[in-house]
Amino acid sequence: MEDIKEVILQYVIEEYADEDDELTYSSPLISSGLVDSFSMVSLKRFLEVKYKISIPDEDASPEAFDSVDKIADLVKRFTS
Amino acid sequence: MWNIGSYDERIKDFDWAIAEKELSYAKGDVINIGWYCSDRICEMGNGDKPALLWENAQGEEKRYTYNDIRVYSNTVGAFLKGLGVKNEDRVCLFMDRVPELYIGLVGILKIGAVAQPLFSAFGDESLLVRLADAGTSAIFTQRKHVSKVRKIIDQLPNLKHIIIVDHDEKKELKEREIPFSMEAERVEKLEIFPTKAESPSVLHYTSGTTGQPKGVQHVHYSLISQYLTAKWVLDITDEDIYWCTADPGWVTGTSYGIIAPFALGVTQCVLDSGFSAEAWYRFIQKYKVTLWYSAPTAIRSLMKAGDDIIKQFDLTSLRHLTSVGEPLNAEAVVWSERVFGLAFYDTYWQTETGSIMISNYPGMKIKPGSMGKPFPGITGTVINPQTYEPITEVGVIGLIAFRPGWPAMMRTYLNNEETYQKKFKNGWYLPGDRARLDREGYFWFVGRDDDIINTGGHLVSPFEVESALLEHPAVAESAVVSTPDVINMEVVKAFVNLKPGIAVTAELELDIMNFIRKKLSPLAMPQYIEFVASLPKTRSGKIMRRLLHAKEWGEEIGDVSSLEND
Repeated sequence: MEDIKEVILQYVIEEYADEDDELTYSSPLISSGLVDSFSMVSLKRFLEVKYKISIPDEDASPEAFDSVDKIADLVKRFTS
Repeated sequence: MWNIGSYDERIKDFDWAIAEKELSYAKGDVINIGWYCSDRICEMGNGDKPALLWENAQGEEKRYTYNDIRVYSNTVGAFLKGLGVKNEDRVCLFMDRVPELYIGLVGILKIGAVAQPLFSAFGDESLLVRLADAGTSAIFTQRKHVSKVRKIIDQLPNLKHIIIVDHDEKKELKEREIPFSMEAERVEKLEIFPTKAESPSVLHYTSGTTGQPKGVQHVHYSLISQYLTAKWVLDITDEDIYWCTADPGWVTGTSYGIIAPFALGVTQCVLDSGFSAEAWYRFIQKYKVTLWYSAPTAIRSLMKAGDDIIKQFDLTSLRHLTSVGEPLNAEAVVWSERVFGLAFYDTYWQTETGSIMISNYPGMKIKPGSMGKPFPGITGTVINPQTYEPITEVGVIGLIAFRPGWPAMMRTYLNNEETYQKKFKNGWYLPGDRARLDREGYFWFVGRDDDIINTGGHLVSPFEVESALLEHPAVAESAVVSTPDVINMEVVKAFVNLKPGIAVTAELELDIMNFIRKKLSPLAMPQYIEFVASLPKTRSGKIMRRLLHAKEWGEEIGDVSSLEND
């Protein structure tokens, strides 16, 4: 699980964060505006590619994507 | 030194009388484009000058001097008069890029008839709609295309003469068909019909986004702006070898592939074949082309063919490159500068405007990706789509708008004055495109008015996304449309054709999405990417984005007669 979180965190930092952003597993992503609703689509696509899963649109809510912790839970749901 | 001199100086005291004076025309005089394109050049002492250097895919070559153009256009005119064709009768040219097409148009205009060029790849249904609407009385065609005419002849009572320019004696002629050999007889004298400025000249059909194609009616006075724009934008001089790659079935091929170059007395060459990078480069080398007027799709196809092939040819004759047909992306400009040592200069206009309206001018700083600035004498701006008032704020997207009144402007849509009137709002003519202006007054194309993607209340330009996609190393070409979305009303979808040897993978899809998101904005990022082996294009190579748009929205596809693979 820690590995999944770390992978997602690094991806978010690399793709969406600015240099000054200090992100943790619990940092808000959507609600903070760091990842907007349009960018969320590419984040979802990343998860599907990386973990070879399919996340239904109805489960890909802004809430479910609002932190690395939550995203990791979502991934776990669809990989288990 | 360029013909235009200084753009900034030209716009200060511009008057179309400059062209009128050069053409020795005064208001109220007879003005006949056919005469200007042939007899006048001969009267100026240039009858022996090569006018048309023609070659086809099989390597067959033909050469015509200006005196040949004069005489053979007389032959065409005399033949038509012999058939009873009168002034203002519509005469269709339905042929490949054969010499009869170029010289035939001149001959039709000489007798005051209206030339109606139609793209030879049109199917019979497309042909029927256009000939029926125009009430066309005669059609010039080739054996290879006559079967399409035969299929619809019963529905065209006004079409009295089907003139076959390459008739084979062994073949049987059918109802209303007549053989015609342009070069079988040299008619030295022909009475030129005394057309005036407002006499109809050329009738082009343009596909609307909805409904039937519209007949765009031009007049003989269009010559004034076609002549001067060709001189100042394309920089045509007496010594040039000019190549316009457009097919005269479309307006560029007529305005700048026949009328303007012949009226300027330049030597032009024509290649009647499909696209091939090697064939095009060889053609430039062989004829020592100096001026090249082409299209973005062709330029991008040349880019796709790679740089190595260019090294096999001597293209040093080229001195000025121009482009038209769709917006020219910045990458293409940068590429041409790198490989040819010359940037392609984008020009903007449309069937209805008849001549170049916005352009990048020789000697003026070009900004790659920009359309440039309005031609001198053209009042152009960007207006608010709700109020139809000019937008004063820099960078705000609005409708391109022109003050009516330039010489080549269409006079009506044939049989459709109501639609014509709808093209005007608050005293502006609206070509149906959106753009923004920068601080220096350069226009930046955004997209068709009806192609703009409104996603979540934000406007996204398909063109901008497509241009950006081209910069992705895996993308050969793309088309971007909107697709329905419950939350955002519509979102961006890209149809992508990858470069040869590159496999479709989920990783690549994600990479392209992120590439656009970062390059443009998250709004512009395609939320869907469909990888395709090819994109639907017209036979002239223009991507038919509207076809993909219609598919996404479950709408009727409309007229697909110009589809490359129909």
